[in-house]
Amino acid sequence: MSPALGKDLLGLESLAADDIRLILDTAEPFKEISERAIKKVPVLRGKTIVNLFFEPSTRTRISFEFAEKRLSADTVNVASPGSSVLKGETLVDTARNLEAMRIDMVVIRHGSSGAAKFLADRIQSNVINAGDGKHEHPTQGLLDLLTIRDRRPIEGAKVCVVGDVLHSRVARSNIWGLLKLGARVAACGPRSLLPLGIGELGVRVFRRIEEAIEWADVLNVLRLQLERMQAGYVPSLREYYRVFGVTLERLARAPRELLILHPGPMNRGVEIDSRVADGPHSVILDQVTNGVAVRMAALYLLAGGRPELAEAAKGGGDR
Amino acid sequence: MIRGGRVIDPAAERDAIADLLIMDGSVAAVGPSLGTPDGAEVLDASGLVVAPGFVDLHVHLREPGREDVETIATGARAAVAGGFTSVCAMPNTDPVTDNQAAVGFIVSQAQRAGAARVYPIAAVSLGQQGERLAEFGELVSAGAVAVSDDGRPVATAHLMRTALEYAMTFGIPVIDHCEESTLSAGGAMHEGLTATRLGLKGIPRAAEDVIVARDIALAELTGGHLHLAHISTAGAARMIREAKARGVQVTAEVTPHHLALTDACCEEYNTNAKMNPPLRERGDVDAVRAALADGTIDCIATDHAPHHYDAKEAEFDDAPFGVIGLETALGVVVSELVDTGQLSLPELVRRLSTRPAEVAHLPGGTLVPGAPADVVVFDPAAAWVVDPSAFFSKSRNTPFAGRALRGRVRWTLVGGAVVHRAGDARRGA
Repeated sequence: MSPALGKDLLGLESLAADDIRLILDTAEPFKEISERAIKKVPVLRGKTIVNLFFEPSTRTRISFEFAEKRLSADTVNVASPGSSVLKGETLVDTARNLEAMRIDMVVIRHGSSGAAKFLADRIQSNVINAGDGKHEHPTQGLLDLLTIRDRRPIEGAKVCVVGDVLHSRVARSNIWGLLKLGARVAACGPRSLLPLGIGELGVRVFRRIEEAIEWADVLNVLRLQLERMQAGYVPSLREYYRVFGVTLERLARAPRELLILHPGPMNRGVEIDSRVADGPHSVILDQVTNGVAVRMAALYLLAGGRPELAEAAKGGGDR
Repeated sequence: MIRGGRVIDPAAERDAIADLLIMDGSVAAVGPSLGTPDGAEVLDASGLVVAPGFVDLHVHLREPGREDVETIATGARAAVAGGFTSVCAMPNTDPVTDNQAAVGFIVSQAQRAGAARVYPIAAVSLGQQGERLAEFGELVSAGAVAVSDDGRPVATAHLMRTALEYAMTFGIPVIDHCEESTLSAGGAMHEGLTATRLGLKGIPRAAEDVIVARDIALAELTGGHLHLAHISTAGAARMIREAKARGVQVTAEVTPHHLALTDACCEEYNTNAKMNPPLRERGDVDAVRAALADGTIDCIATDHAPHHYDAKEAEFDDAPFGVIGLETALGVVVSELVDTGQLSLPELVRRLSTRPAEVAHLPGGTLVPGAPADVVVFDPAAAWVVDPSAFFSKSRNTPFAGRALRGRVRWTLVGGAVVHRAGDARRGA
């Protein structure tokens, strides 16, 4: 267990600004590993990690798996999409059974807010939250921060989260991380998709996407889940794109060049115009690349790695 | 003979040091320095409050159906441990209390238990399905004292209207659980900043207020007796106050937890703070306290809702709604309202005994000579710490575990018999 970070990584709300910076700084030396011909270092050799995914996920699960494998951990994937219970077992029984096989770490994705904490409170292993319900997705928040920091200082940056903030764990982790590192944060979307009390967190609210674009340095465009339409939060995809879509025409009127982030997977032509997603201001693929580095850093620190040794550790040699 | 206590009986406007003489299950005399008949048992109540036994209009005893979490016997025993001599059992059991056999079963189980009196509340609609009215006449003749589809609201405005009208024949209240289900669907806690932070779907105040408004309009239309269960919002309190001022036949209750706690208790995904209606914000707590103090809200009811440990030991979204309350109600109300000067002891007795008995037209609720000798003797200054493992209830799901409280029952008498003494231990404990 790392004295730097504690046993678990459950969310950014509970982390101090220095902890967040520590993870970002630790991620820097790990970026280079993925650029090598032989993408493997023995940092987590002998560690056993279970990726426990109760919700379907492609990129987050693959990103974690690459991070684990490139650090030489032994990994097992347990996937039970669409269900909070695995073969009738409760979450805690599942975890205890895994732990009885002597594992070191669990990466959990779950549809219920608080599920990662629920698990972390009940098992000895380190727990990394890979997304719990509508609560937090801390490694996504961290990779977004790292991607912004690659391009400009976070402190003072004006970042607007666009879209379905109400149901978004990505939005919550972004808001906490950005506020703690001194950014100014706004949210823009239909009022039916913005949570109550968001202003009290220190987040400015824009009613219109045009106003948000005029204000912001960075847009983090959220995915609009298609089931929101069925639940009546917005009338149609067509209408959403018309009113809130991040289009090339709208960006053309921005007073400054914007950085465009999207956590993926994208609905092209719904929340974002393909010409924007694939355009010069998009850093969407950089986010994906940084995701592996940030997850390596989180795994390394939770496993007890010392931040100042990250550079040396990745060079090889047993620890 | 209960000697030398402070006898508080709001129905008789009595609040004085007095003796209470009980004979043949009824109150025989109340007054200073009564003579003790030969051979009478004497309880020394000096320094204690002697009051009519508490009456709880809202408990879930889970029998039939979930005898693993509570039975009529254990619920009735928990009731007297908390000073309640009468409790009204909600009909959302399995099967639902919607026929005379089901009502009769509750009555006979309660008689066998021999602790608190248990009065069945029957369903408004068959199976609580919200479609056809249950047979109120038959249910009342079997022993039901009110009707409710509690656990859910009376489904439609038309059904509520006919229920209020039809209940007038039998002089019983229609009790409604106010929740507009399309607004509350999927919600796990109060909609507000805490829910936003925890990423939990909220239940807005408006889900309660919309149905309170509907029901008040229908009570006004029909002249029927509407009783509103577990009020939690400032808006509902305001509407009830206005309706009463217009002369609408509406009464209301509030739970100890809604008087004491806010949605901040849900932090850390504490499933023992998950109940429906949800814990609200400070402004709502202040509003329901004020409404209780000025009589807008008539009574305190626990909404005692036992759940199994395994059910609450779950992700917040998956855990069931509800907390138990019979054994902590007095301590919570004394500590939160009496000790803070917001409610006098006579008002506490009025809200826990007098008014609920009046609302459901139950015997008891007073200590005038001739009344049933249902009595609670309590020490409002006794300090104790809530230890769920010592509860008489089968369940442990309380948000007050570990809390230091003041106010504890010394003796509870039902029909003149002592059915609980402080220090009694649960069998098998």
